[in-house]
Amino acid sequence: MKSSVITFPGSNCDRDMDVALKKFGFKNKMVWHADAELPKSDLVVLPGGFSYGDYLRCGSMASKSKIMQSVINFANSGGMVMGICNGFQILVETGLVPGVLLRNKYLEFICKNVFVKINDKKNKYFKNVDNEVLEFHIAHNEGNYFCTNDQLKEIEDNNQIAINYCDENGKIEDQFNPNGSLKNIAGIFNKEKNVLGMMPHPERMIDTSLSGEDGSLFFKNLINNLK
Amino acid sequence: MIVNEQVAVDHGLKKDEYAKICELLKRTPNITELGIFSAMWNEHCSYKSSRLHLKKLPTKGKKVIQGPGENAGVIDIEDNDAIVFKIESHNHPSFIEPYQGAATGVGGIMRDVFTMGARPIANLNSIHFGSPQNKKTKNLLRGVVHGIGGYGNCMGVPTIAGQTSFDSSYNGNILVNAMTLGLVNKDKIFYSKAAGLNKPVIYVGSKTGRDGIHGASMASASFDEKIEEKKPTVQVGDPFTEKLLLEACLELMAGDSIIAIQDMGAAGLTSSSIEMASKGNLGIEINLNKVPCRETKMTPYEIMLSESQERMLIVLENGKEEQAKKIFDKWNLDFAVIGKTTKSKKIELFFDEEKVADIPVNTLVENSPMYDRKWKKAKLPKKNKIKKEDLKHLKIIDVLKKILANPNVCSKEWIWQQYDHTVMGDTIQKPGGDAGVVRVHGTDKAVAASVDSSAVYCWAHPLTGGKQVVCESFRNLISVGAKPIAITNCLNFGSPENEENMGEFVECVQGIGEASEYLKFPVVSGNVSFYNQTKEEGIKPTPAIGGVGLIKDYKNMITMDFKEVDNLVLVIGKTEGHIDQSLFARNILDEKNGPPPEVNLFNEKNNGETLLKLIDNNLIKSAHDVSLGGIITAVSKMCIKGKKGIHIKKPKYLINEIEYFFAEDQGRYIIEINKKDFKKVADILHKNAVHFDELGTINENELYINDKTKVTIDELSTSNKSWLTNYMSK
Repeated sequence: MKSSVITFPGSNCDRDMDVALKKFGFKNKMVWHADAELPKSDLVVLPGGFSYGDYLRCGSMASKSKIMQSVINFANSGGMVMGICNGFQILVETGLVPGVLLRNKYLEFICKNVFVKINDKKNKYFKNVDNEVLEFHIAHNEGNYFCTNDQLKEIEDNNQIAINYCDENGKIEDQFNPNGSLKNIAGIFNKEKNVLGMMPHPERMIDTSLSGEDGSLFFKNLINNLK
Repeated sequence: MIVNEQVAVDHGLKKDEYAKICELLKRTPNITELGIFSAMWNEHCSYKSSRLHLKKLPTKGKKVIQGPGENAGVIDIEDNDAIVFKIESHNHPSFIEPYQGAATGVGGIMRDVFTMGARPIANLNSIHFGSPQNKKTKNLLRGVVHGIGGYGNCMGVPTIAGQTSFDSSYNGNILVNAMTLGLVNKDKIFYSKAAGLNKPVIYVGSKTGRDGIHGASMASASFDEKIEEKKPTVQVGDPFTEKLLLEACLELMAGDSIIAIQDMGAAGLTSSSIEMASKGNLGIEINLNKVPCRETKMTPYEIMLSESQERMLIVLENGKEEQAKKIFDKWNLDFAVIGKTTKSKKIELFFDEEKVADIPVNTLVENSPMYDRKWKKAKLPKKNKIKKEDLKHLKIIDVLKKILANPNVCSKEWIWQQYDHTVMGDTIQKPGGDAGVVRVHGTDKAVAASVDSSAVYCWAHPLTGGKQVVCESFRNLISVGAKPIAITNCLNFGSPENEENMGEFVECVQGIGEASEYLKFPVVSGNVSFYNQTKEEGIKPTPAIGGVGLIKDYKNMITMDFKEVDNLVLVIGKTEGHIDQSLFARNILDEKNGPPPEVNLFNEKNNGETLLKLIDNNLIKSAHDVSLGGIITAVSKMCIKGKKGIHIKKPKYLINEIEYFFAEDQGRYIIEINKKDFKKVADILHKNAVHFDELGTINENELYINDKTKVTIDELSTSNKSWLTNYMSK
């Protein structure tokens, strides 16, 4: 399986993603933001970081970068595109997934482990994951998901919510919501579910010596689903 | 502007210093030259009050590749890998403008590290605030934490450990010390020594603006009521540009075009150009019209003294300009050839085709003032007699809860959750342990780092305090299973012109030197920050020690959380019951006098090395050093982290329970071992003449003392975790 990780000048999780993808069998290429063409890929990843500094709204400048036009075309033709953290912020700015990401409710950067409940498994990202709940890791300042009531209705009708913040038993409640996201949303799909944006970093959960191993489950499963 | 003595004094120079400048130049300096002298001769850049004493620190060792004098120290961690590290203060700016002050402190220290060719792999910090009741404290803390996070998070470098304390002596002068570790190939270390004539001098990075002019001079003076006016001397950070600068520099460094490189930190273009010229015994000629400026009509004076961030000066091989420029263009950074190296041994500056400065380099560096300031030796305070009846009414559990909730002991999760501590995917020990640990990417090795200070001990007796801080750093590294290699120090003190403050400095440095010599834990880099003083009131002496150690196989790393029910818990090191200057004495008995606990270097070394032996033999399940709050506090933290309880029995000492549990005797660790290993462990401890006590056995979830007194770990955890969060949300 071939993957591509886009490196924006301020990306800082691009290497971590490269390590994770390779660990689970992807042939990964790093693609520079100023390039026009995407290499042939089965999966394109927009990694975490601060793309162009994000002094303006997070991800807004990146969404207009040269490579993104190719990524958008790739997604619109059914290609698998996953945006993690800053990548998620870029995806909402391109409109590939609905909604916006506001500043965290308590106005502070949060770096910690969280639990997420998988809401939908009829997609290539989470199909065949045995667990209902995964322990992931978040590190962000702007992950507070928000959308209009109409959008929310559409998202729910299409089952576009990918994962919700919850406790270890899968209970979705306000107290387990780290950043104030609407409905505890941690990740969402586009309508066709080939595009996934999520705040948690599965690439930081691929080793028992690190924060945990549920990221390994995610990547192992992802590559199998793509085969 | 006409330069005279008054203008020089307004620049922070002393009258006799001004006279010396005129004598060295054999004429009156012009305003640009005076600015340059004032920047180079201030305390921050010249170390004029400290140099004499710093020379005495042990700086050599088998693992030391580069000691003090470069941008950062470098140590060997085998297999051709080296760690570059340093700690630096950004105290004055952080008090004036906490967010930017702290952010640019972090930015500055990272630049020092990647200037040497190393990719930063971990950040740490030591931050100290006034009393929680002081009305400024909360905002300063919030601003500093946001600033540290704002910069480090954007750079994508994990912040893996730190230290935070509160003490009313910091009410008017907070401390913000930032430390960075970088990883470099031993053969690809870059230095700041220029070499060769007519080599192009290159400016890269951000444009120069009017921010931070005289920042270094501001940091070399005490504060008074006009402090608000000093805001413009604080630099403004741009971590995104620094990230670009990091990547661009590392890309250029992969080739062979750089002769010397130096970041523009304190005193900006002035100190960086002079440093490179001085080390290379050369001259440098600069055309200031070529310096990329952010603002119009900047004068030579402003250009030379600006402390705009995210800039570097490089001496390049001839003919490599185009190739280098391409890299900086790719990263969208300014690149300008602004001058060349010359044989004149002078700094010669041109602006609008006129020579605006002409100064022999040695007058700025070798001839800079050095003072043997008067200092007062501190007496060891008399021991307090603690009356047994004062202790009688105290209930251990109540005291314990108070101590766990004390601002200087409580959990700092509120702080470190705001730092990205997991980016780069190698953080195997997060903040909240004895030391932060990161793997050396792609290898089995890991590097441990800790930052410590004990202002109270240093204040009570500087010589003992200085030794103690080094020992604590040593213990923290050993507690995670790392072999200590070297330290960096950040020496935060009041005014060197005050004999008592100067005495504190001299004796703390002496203590640091003695301990680091004995423990073979040399000082490879550091920084001095004097004048942490508002009017007449100075801070408690606060040398911060950043220690670095190596774990050969990261799978053998130790953490402090209790692991398994029924395991045995031992205390390594003897408990004499030293209560004076302990957290218990100061906060529970309200007794602020007396000597700090004695430091026995033989025991420190022996106990520490023996524990490393036990770790090497896979006999240790968890370990934690005993520091503030004594044995019971250390054990409680291990319980809280491991979500386990313990059944404790005080060994049959003559001292009473309170003294046993809360004393802060040095050289002690708590360890957890499997019952079946007890004989093996005891044998090794006996053989090495290490005293130990059997303290108790791990249970599910309660802390018992002598069967009668008990408390649930949940309760202790609440005491420990709620103070800071509550304080900040009020």
